[in-house]
Amino acid sequence: MDFFNELVMQPFSYAFMQRALMAVVLIGITSGVIGCYVVIRGMSFYGDAMSHSILPGVAIAYIVSGGASGGALFIGGLAAGLVSSLGIGWLTRGERLKEDTAIGIVFVAMYALGIAIISSDQRAYGRDLVHILFGNVLGIQPSDLWIMVGCSAFVLMVVLLLYKELQIISFDPNLALTMKLPAEAFRLMLLALIAVTIIASLQVVGVALMLAMLIVPSAAAQMLAKRLHHMMMISAALGGVCGALGLLISYHLDIAAGPSIVLTMTAVFALIFTGVRVRFMMQRAAHR
Amino acid sequence: MQYLPALSVIDLAAGYPNDSRAIYDVTFDVMAGERVAVIGPNGAGKSTLFKAIAGIIPFTSGQISQGGLDCRSSHSLIGYVPQQNQVDWNFPATVGDVVMMGRARQIGWFRWPGRHDWDEVRRALALVSMERAMDRPIGQLSGGQKQRVFIARALVQNAHVLLLDEPFNGLDPAAYEEILTSLDRLRADGVTVLVATHDMESATTQFDKLLLMKRKRIAYGDAGEVYTAANLKAAYGSRVSVLQDPDLGTLIVTDEHAH
Repeated sequence: MDFFNELVMQPFSYAFMQRALMAVVLIGITSGVIGCYVVIRGMSFYGDAMSHSILPGVAIAYIVSGGASGGALFIGGLAAGLVSSLGIGWLTRGERLKEDTAIGIVFVAMYALGIAIISSDQRAYGRDLVHILFGNVLGIQPSDLWIMVGCSAFVLMVVLLLYKELQIISFDPNLALTMKLPAEAFRLMLLALIAVTIIASLQVVGVALMLAMLIVPSAAAQMLAKRLHHMMMISAALGGVCGALGLLISYHLDIAAGPSIVLTMTAVFALIFTGVRVRFMMQRAAHR
Repeated sequence: MQYLPALSVIDLAAGYPNDSRAIYDVTFDVMAGERVAVIGPNGAGKSTLFKAIAGIIPFTSGQISQGGLDCRSSHSLIGYVPQQNQVDWNFPATVGDVVMMGRARQIGWFRWPGRHDWDEVRRALALVSMERAMDRPIGQLSGGQKQRVFIARALVQNAHVLLLDEPFNGLDPAAYEEILTSLDRLRADGVTVLVATHDMESATTQFDKLLLMKRKRIAYGDAGEVYTAANLKAAYGSRVSVLQDPDLGTLIVTDEHAH
């Protein structure tokens, strides 16, 4: 029991660790659910691009507000995400450019712009850039937590209410059109939900590691589930549990929390992947 | 009302102007319960026609009506079964989930399916003899079974007109027969079925009417009217020959480039 106390209870006796725990579990669940759409629709590149594209907005908010204020970061990130999406939409209009090319151009430009803005402020460049890129979950304030709660509640509520419509446009957009559902509006809404999730996750893992939160638990869940809502529940559970576990490991090994969470998720993915493969091979051997 | 065609297409033009699959001058009427084969070479615009009727792509001119009503004002009455390669079969959904997608409109906004909806799904699956596959992942089914599940999905949409885009591609004869059996059952309910196909021979025996097209309508009617040397030459050039069998009186059409 002492062992358990030292391993689990003692770290969470600190207020900053309690807030970090709430943040990683909340964000793990939300990005686990939204990440299922990213995985089944093959939108990883969009997810990665979106998480990097919010950097200039975050950088400006960071410098203007003089540090990490959750509200300012959220608004800055949202504005930059919107500009990037519109830019990508404009470049691909009328098939002037392939979508992945347009995403690539806008995403790296926005990323470079963000780093350029931060580099104009020596203090921010030296210290805070690391937080923006890789997350600063231990520095989360109560006000940041409220933003995460709000974003997560919004995203999860929309998924719950529009589950069947989002499922249809992900599986067979033509069916949506024959039923005269607004397919394009749903596609844009899904992109917006992904963007909100990314911005809410910013302080947990940072822009550089964000993609892992979206796709690793979902990819693991896809191997275990045969129905979309089951996949979402498994992915949310994996996201939350891996987040908490990664946080705890980072505390004991004294390493940064963001990378620790990502590596924990990847390890769990590898375990599930191996387990599923082994079971598959055993079943095949039994059939012979 | 019963004398109005179930589906009426008048002077239809659809597709993007510089698209080689754009269609124009397509006119035909189908009565309730009739089964029509839409034939023509690759790139003839069969998919474009179906997508325009289903409302997936807009049509540039002409008129499409169902039972005398303009299609743009009706909901869910046309079921579209896409070509196999249009769908991601690794999607995490069971057979029941896929069919349930067709009921989204009846279930209504912001709601999840209830017991009544699952009963409807089961009933539709029974009509295509797939009720026992209800809980199987969609990706595990064979090509013919997937087609039948999609037919069931169109049925729960309450579709009166069903469009199947090349459902027989890559199917063995048994799977082909099973799809036809399912379509036979729909005929009794007055469901009108249009099938795009490359199989010109079965089109004569299994369908009431044929629509031969190559970007525009070349001929529409029964096999005798449609399979004339002049029509086939207009559609396929010199790649198809027409032979009359004097003993059986049947028409034999050979497609040298058959798939």
